Amino acid sequence: MSLGSYSARHVQAFLGALGRLARAPLASFLTVLVVALALALPMGLKVLVSNARVATGDFKGAVDISVYLKTDVALTKAQQLAASARERPDVGDVTLIPAEQALEEFRTYSGFGAALEVLRENPLPHVLQVHPAPGAGSAAAVESLRRYFSAWPEVDLVQIDSEWVMRFNAILDVLRKVLLLAAALLGLGVLAVVGNTIRLEILNRRAEIEVTKLVGGSNGFVRRPFLYTGLLYGLAGAVLAWGIITATVLVLAGPVATLAQLYGSQYALAGLDARDSGILLGSGAVLGWLGAWISASRHLREIEPRA
Amino acid sequence: MIVFDRVAKRYPNGREALAGVTLRVNPGEMVFLTGKSGAGKSTVLKLIALLERPTRGTVLINGKNTSTLKARHIPAFRRHIGVVFQDHKLLADRPVYDNVALPLVVADTPLREIDKRVRAALDQVGLLGKERMSPLELSVGEQQRVGIARAVVSKPPLLIADEPTGNLDPDLALEVMRLFKRFQEVGVTVVVATHDVHLVREFGQREIVIENGHVRGSGADDLPSVVARR
Repeated sequence: MSLGSYSARHVQAFLGALGRLARAPLASFLTVLVVALALALPMGLKVLVSNARVATGDFKGAVDISVYLKTDVALTKAQQLAASARERPDVGDVTLIPAEQALEEFRTYSGFGAALEVLRENPLPHVLQVHPAPGAGSAAAVESLRRYFSAWPEVDLVQIDSEWVMRFNAILDVLRKVLLLAAALLGLGVLAVVGNTIRLEILNRRAEIEVTKLVGGSNGFVRRPFLYTGLLYGLAGAVLAWGIITATVLVLAGPVATLAQLYGSQYALAGLDARDSGILLGSGAVLGWLGAWISASRHLREIEPRA
Repeated sequence: MIVFDRVAKRYPNGREALAGVTLRVNPGEMVFLTGKSGAGKSTVLKLIALLERPTRGTVLINGKNTSTLKARHIPAFRRHIGVVFQDHKLLADRPVYDNVALPLVVADTPLREIDKRVRAALDQVGLLGKERMSPLELSVGEQQRVGIARAVVSKPPLLIADEPTGNLDPDLALEVMRLFKRFQEVGVTVVVATHDVHLVREFGQREIVIENGHVRGSGADDLPSVVARR
């Protein structure tokens, strides 16, 4: 057996499998659709979780300290305070939000613009947004920062914006476990769907299989086209799942961008990256192939030629 | 080439098809298996092609004991035997060419070699030029010859046929038998099971008569040496 004829056989088996799928387009499509939905569900959930992570990614280390200055502190004084805060080694970055800017944002987004016109003076204070230095994000380090800022005479209130982020991260962790479970169950579903489709095809081609075995076709030879069929079901299902997820992301991108803007974020909904796409196509191909292998190994053994 | 030593075959349904058959077919010989239908001719052929294994006794094909052959070696074993059936077992949804090429394809023969051999086999049975036709477009006699082409395309040393002329009129039957004789003349061992006694007489080859699961006459006389040692 030469390598050339060996690979030619595989190309032939592959094209044969492709041809058979094309000859029964509706039945093939239904199988592919079921596979696609089973793959799209966990992968879609993963995209959701990843997006939620990115959306909260601004709160790296899960902490942000808002230092509200007293309303009578002047802007120049606030700038000095921000500069001195930056000098501390456990402070990563300090953003000064001047009272005017805060008021402007409030006017734009809150919907109370008209009510604000009534006010003589700006009721909002300057705020220092303090991000702890990398490595100073632990609860104890953040607490010591809080005490440090609280001691300043110009400071009115120090708020740590961490609790909801921690809760949110806990929810994401639960979601990720759910995702793994769903992926495992739906993966089994793909195996079952492809396996059953292959079983039916084997029964349909019983005569051909018998004759092939009769003239000396090995189990491996007889199984080969079915493995390619399974592989194609899995791959086509994965491609369709990719399309479903990408289309969903495209549809949601606009509304999400608007929503993000309302929260003052540049956040944009992300679709499947190259790695996710690879995982999706890879698992589709492997599951399809495996489902076909299990089914073919089981049912082909039962078919022996009868003279 | 073929040795049966006190071979018995009982099917799962309890029917005893063979009850102690001893026979021998020498390499390059052409032998007719005759007997009434149901006498056990087909069972003998099935045991040769390893479609069945004996319940008792030993079947040696080309020195190989079919009872001890492992399942994974059966495909390679079958490639050395060409089988022709009464109902020819062609694949109706494939052209003649693909049907004949199948034994070569399963053996991973290079494509160019397949093309050469398929044409040669079709030429031998007089069907060159009908490669692209569907078996359904052919006459019964032609279908049977496609079956023969498929059986000989991989040049097996042993050719067995189960009632190959059963569905053919006398002229076509004679033609098919002559074809088998030609293969025997180039060194192939040929075993043909048939109930057509007139045809057998005409060819004057050795005849093994199966009767009620036993061999009558000539077959029992030449006990092989392998048997004697057991």
